[in-house]
Amino acid sequence: MAHSYMRPVLLIALLVALIALPSVAQASGYNAVTSLATRVLIYGIAAASLNFVLGYGGMVSFGHAAFFGIGGYVVGILYQHFALEEPLLGLIPGTNQMLITLPAALLVSGILAAAIGALSLRTGGVQFIMITLALAQMLFFLFVSLKTYGGDDGLIIRRTNELPGLNMRDKHTIYYVCLAVTVAFFALLYRLVHSRFAQILVGLRQSERRMAAIGLSPYRYKLVAFIISGMGCGLAGALMANFLRYASPDMLHWTKSGEFMVMVILGGVGTLFGPFIGAAVFIVLESLLASWTEHWQLGLGLILLLVVLYTQGGVQAVFSRLPGRR
Amino acid sequence: MSAVAEKAPEQAAATPSLAVRGLVKSFGGLIASDHIDLTVRPGEIHALIGPNGAGKTTLISQLMGELTPDAGTIEVEGQSIDALSTASRVERGLARTFQITCLLPDYTVRDNVAVAVQVRQGHSFRFWKPVAKDEALRRQAETYLAATGLAERADELVANLSHGEQKQLELAVALATEPRLLLLDEPMAGLGHAESLQMIEMLRGLKNQVSMLLVEHDMDAVFALADRISVLVYGRIIASGTVDEIRDDPDVRTAYLGEGDAGC
Ligand SMILES: Nc1ncnc2c1ncn2[C@@H]1O[C@H](COP(=O)(O)OP(=O)(O)O)[C@@H](O)[C@H]1O
Ligand SMILES: [Mg+2]
Repeated sequence: MAHSYMRPVLLIALLVALIALPSVAQASGYNAVTSLATRVLIYGIAAASLNFVLGYGGMVSFGHAAFFGIGGYVVGILYQHFALEEPLLGLIPGTNQMLITLPAALLVSGILAAAIGALSLRTGGVQFIMITLALAQMLFFLFVSLKTYGGDDGLIIRRTNELPGLNMRDKHTIYYVCLAVTVAFFALLYRLVHSRFAQILVGLRQSERRMAAIGLSPYRYKLVAFIISGMGCGLAGALMANFLRYASPDMLHWTKSGEFMVMVILGGVGTLFGPFIGAAVFIVLESLLASWTEHWQLGLGLILLLVVLYTQGGVQAVFSRLPGRR
Repeated sequence: MSAVAEKAPEQAAATPSLAVRGLVKSFGGLIASDHIDLTVRPGEIHALIGPNGAGKTTLISQLMGELTPDAGTIEVEGQSIDALSTASRVERGLARTFQITCLLPDYTVRDNVAVAVQVRQGHSFRFWKPVAKDEALRRQAETYLAATGLAERADELVANLSHGEQKQLELAVALATEPRLLLLDEPMAGLGHAESLQMIEMLRGLKNQVSMLLVEHDMDAVFALADRISVLVYGRIIASGTVDEIRDDPDVRTAYLGEGDAGC
């Protein structure tokens, strides 16, 4: 079919456009576009991670900001201990090396997701939504009260983490690092959603009862999916803390979880590209609307309503089945 | 002592596929299973008949571990399964079909079966290889589709199947778990005459390979297939015997017939 020939062509065109973006932005005097695009990439990772449990697995988590925030705080806390030259808990030395902080963020958010998942996945439906929300809010209040790490004000990270051989003070370099991470993330996600594991996960979304009747124990599979998803959000949070040079309780707030969910719904639930499109639409709309009116959230809400009512599958569906829809 | 000595060789010769003893389940004041005793012998088709609301589906759900009985024991091939989860029971050779079909609507017919094959193989924590390119899995799934007359429909979405085809797929999915004891919850319900005959033939073909507990209202099907019949009314087994015994039982004649209720 013509469709399958189009796929690689479209993907390569997209990648070329993304690589060219900072230079084009600079040449045309819209430098801010590069920063905007960096945020889109990072939020795209977070939204796609949420979508893995929400869209593919049918688990409506309202607490994914917890993983995003913890990823950011891992970077911030490791930086603070590095800057003050005193080990965390007297044991773990701080660091400003991205090759250590990103894996650390993945690890910590994975552990947190295992804990939150273990507590919440025994339930379902509205209960699951409420428990994930409540646990994430507990973490939010924990960090608000942690004065050592800035409490309410958050943690300033004076310098972006370093990567060997790169000048991480350059906004373009940060963009390219985020792009590289996003591409790698996307490639992994692509394999993942076409794997045997995803076949089970999508089956569970459709009917847990059926899956049990063919001999499956749902819980383990849901938990592993939840951990993978949490790690993705943790990665996004670590990148965001590097990009903003700041980690704050806002990253953990329930409204952030809501934003991720809006991105997924805007872009298209249960699709590969949808969350990235959703993140782009969300970030662009937010900055456009915010420059016109301080009631930008109202405008965004209306647009979301229209998307939900009229597109049946988000912006992704409007772009007529781009690659990736299962 | 002597009674035990007499009994022992007979038991050893034929450990029942399924032995239910004193099973009780109530929903509030309603007793859906009232001290049920039931035995399915190896290789036999044991029909369970009874009016709508008698508790037939509730019994199957308890056998599968989807519902927990209030009292009683269930043994499969001589071993208690009371403490086992649904998944472990499937591993022990139990499989069920659903009266109101319970399939994966967004999957193709083939994938509905393939996912059951995959679960049976136990290789589902695999995150990298594309499942769609797994030829062995595809081929295995297709053998079950061929056996149930669905081979031509393999690429169709479940949502586009007719009711009769969905019933056939229910059977194909159950068979893909390679069961030794099949619990069939009204497999002919809602089928046309030709489809019913086809289903009867398929079940007949499975006879002696798989033991079956067949819940069915279609008496032609029951008489055509069953070795023995039990009659359930208000949660109680009121009669149990060979086809002829049950056919001629006056109590049974007054009791049953009805259709359709709770499903997936
Ligand atoms: N989950 C439930 N909660 C309450 N009552 C139930 C439940 N499931 C079944 N029942 C009741 O138990 C009785 C037996 O139901 P069921 O096993 O579905 O009957 P059958 O399959 O023989 O038609 C019915 O009266 C039904 O309403
Ligand atoms: Mg029933």
